[in-house]
Amino acid sequence: MSNPNVTEYPAIHVPDKSILYLDGVSVSFDGFKAINNLSLYINKNELRCIIGPNGAGKTTMMDIITGKTRPDEGRVIFGDMTDLTSISEAEIANLGIGRKFQKPTVFENHTVYDNLKLALEGHRKVFENLFFRLSGQDDERINNVLETVALQEYVRRDAGELSHGQKQWLEIGMLLVQNPKLLLVDEPVAGMTRQETEHTSELLTRLAERHSVVVVEHDMEFVRSLATRVTVLHQGSVLAEGSMESIQSNPKVVEVYLGE
Amino acid sequence: MLKYKPFIFRLLETDRGSKYFVAILLALMVLVPVCNLAVPESSAFHMPVYGVTLIGKYLTYALLAISLDLVWGYLGILSLGHGAFFGLGGYAMGMYLMRQIGDRGVYGHPVLPDFMVFLDYKELPWFWYGFDQFWFAALMVVLVPGLLAFVFGWLAFRSRVTGVYLSIITQALTYALMLAFFRNNFGFGGNNGLTDFKDILGFDLRSDGTRIALFVCSALAVMLGYFACRFIVQSRLGSLVMAIRDSEGRVRALGYRDEYYKLFVFVVAAMLAGVAGALYVPQVGIINPGEFSPINSIEMVIWVAMGGRGTLYGAALGAVVVNFAKTYFTAVAPEVWLFILGGLFVGVTLFLPRGIVGAIQKIRGMLGASRNTGLPGMAAKK
Repeated sequence: MSNPNVTEYPAIHVPDKSILYLDGVSVSFDGFKAINNLSLYINKNELRCIIGPNGAGKTTMMDIITGKTRPDEGRVIFGDMTDLTSISEAEIANLGIGRKFQKPTVFENHTVYDNLKLALEGHRKVFENLFFRLSGQDDERINNVLETVALQEYVRRDAGELSHGQKQWLEIGMLLVQNPKLLLVDEPVAGMTRQETEHTSELLTRLAERHSVVVVEHDMEFVRSLATRVTVLHQGSVLAEGSMESIQSNPKVVEVYLGE
Repeated sequence: MLKYKPFIFRLLETDRGSKYFVAILLALMVLVPVCNLAVPESSAFHMPVYGVTLIGKYLTYALLAISLDLVWGYLGILSLGHGAFFGLGGYAMGMYLMRQIGDRGVYGHPVLPDFMVFLDYKELPWFWYGFDQFWFAALMVVLVPGLLAFVFGWLAFRSRVTGVYLSIITQALTYALMLAFFRNNFGFGGNNGLTDFKDILGFDLRSDGTRIALFVCSALAVMLGYFACRFIVQSRLGSLVMAIRDSEGRVRALGYRDEYYKLFVFVVAAMLAGVAGALYVPQVGIINPGEFSPINSIEMVIWVAMGGRGTLYGAALGAVVVNFAKTYFTAVAPEVWLFILGGLFVGVTLFLPRGIVGAIQKIRGMLGASRNTGLPGMAAKK
């Protein structure tokens, strides 16, 4: 609250219920403005979909939030006035921001169980991990998550042996045991069958009951099925925001994206 | 319940490779001294003292290989400069052995080692203080390599240097040390290094008893080092280290400071290499800057690749096999040894990507033995 960096900016009304607030963020790569004066906020326990054509800056936006990319301008405020642009990736993750990468990223040489064990919240220091023993409670928690993502049968399998869709779920499962306040989910249904997609849609809806979730997705069918607020990105900034119906009838959106 | 048994029992119960490895070490520890002391010289089973020392030397290489495997096989860093830590541990021990000579040197100076008298040193350089005490030297054997690894790792891992670039700077590290130690005015005996040792802890280094004791110490060090490494790789920390090897970005996104994990493993490995060097020096009787030469560090990588990386005991096996071959061929046909070494490396890379251990596992698998003998984390190596 008493962060002096924050007070220098003109006071902008940030609703109390917001968990993430991007304020005038810009970043360019070799002169190309990937993100251009982007401002948006996500509420607590909101499920938000971000759509936009290729190159609209969706993944770059996630990179900025997680600290992988540093913005040239602007700030990213998380929860209680923490500016994410000035702290490390690991610190950001430990504040409670989890991420599912676009390409499913799990530990392929580890078993499904070990993947979840490594994602388990807490225990991030080196020496405590040398002597770490899993408690019964943690084991129970992992098993619950295994059930949620329908991977109980594969506990002892190496994650590398899973199908594409199962890897996506395992990664979501890892986010669940990590128990972040905010989940950033990049293309969760890419490469999934219709049935898997439906299951994922249910999973994310359920997640949003207790977490804030931001989903980036190309699959319009899927976005529609989530029935939630949608933000359209175009050339690095917000083009439109609202329900899927209002988005679809927005002529600007139709022109750049849906109309194609 | 099985869960609460001490680590070593759990390990020996579940891991066949570890069981064999420890059994072989124990057998060596007993049989080699017995074959030397109790079997008459006329018998074919008699082990001459030079044989004891030779195996002792192989064992220090085995420990060195295990420590390199910890870095390469589990952390995924191909260190081409691991000899630096081995050499530093060796020099720390060599300095102690030099000071033990006392006034028995050629020049008979009470404090200064021969080379210093020869080079006109008036007094002992400050960094030689304390090395007349064994405990101090023993401490330096682990501290100096550990500190170098810490500083090097801190800089490299924080700046996220990885892959081939990291390999190249590890190589540069050992090369720089070699050049420094070759200089006469660096204070470590220049290109002659440290030699002409007389005794260790008051025991004559040339006596059979001391040599057997050094051999047993080496075997013990390999065993303890092996257990330490095994403990690390089977802990959650070990899981994380392998996860970093496979998907660094994912580990970071989970909120771990990957550079600290790398640093921990790198420093532990450097310390073990230092211990190996310290046991090597009294057995071979010399340490010189040649130990820092890049080719030595590359040879170590070949040992590990040959035995099978990511298994720890495979690395030890590789070190012994390659060095046995080296001893044999450099005696029989010294000019072809380097070609054989190169051929071995190409052969292993092409035909035994997982080394001897991997080949044995594959054969066992074909014979229908239980599939689960592989070690965690290396099963799906590309």
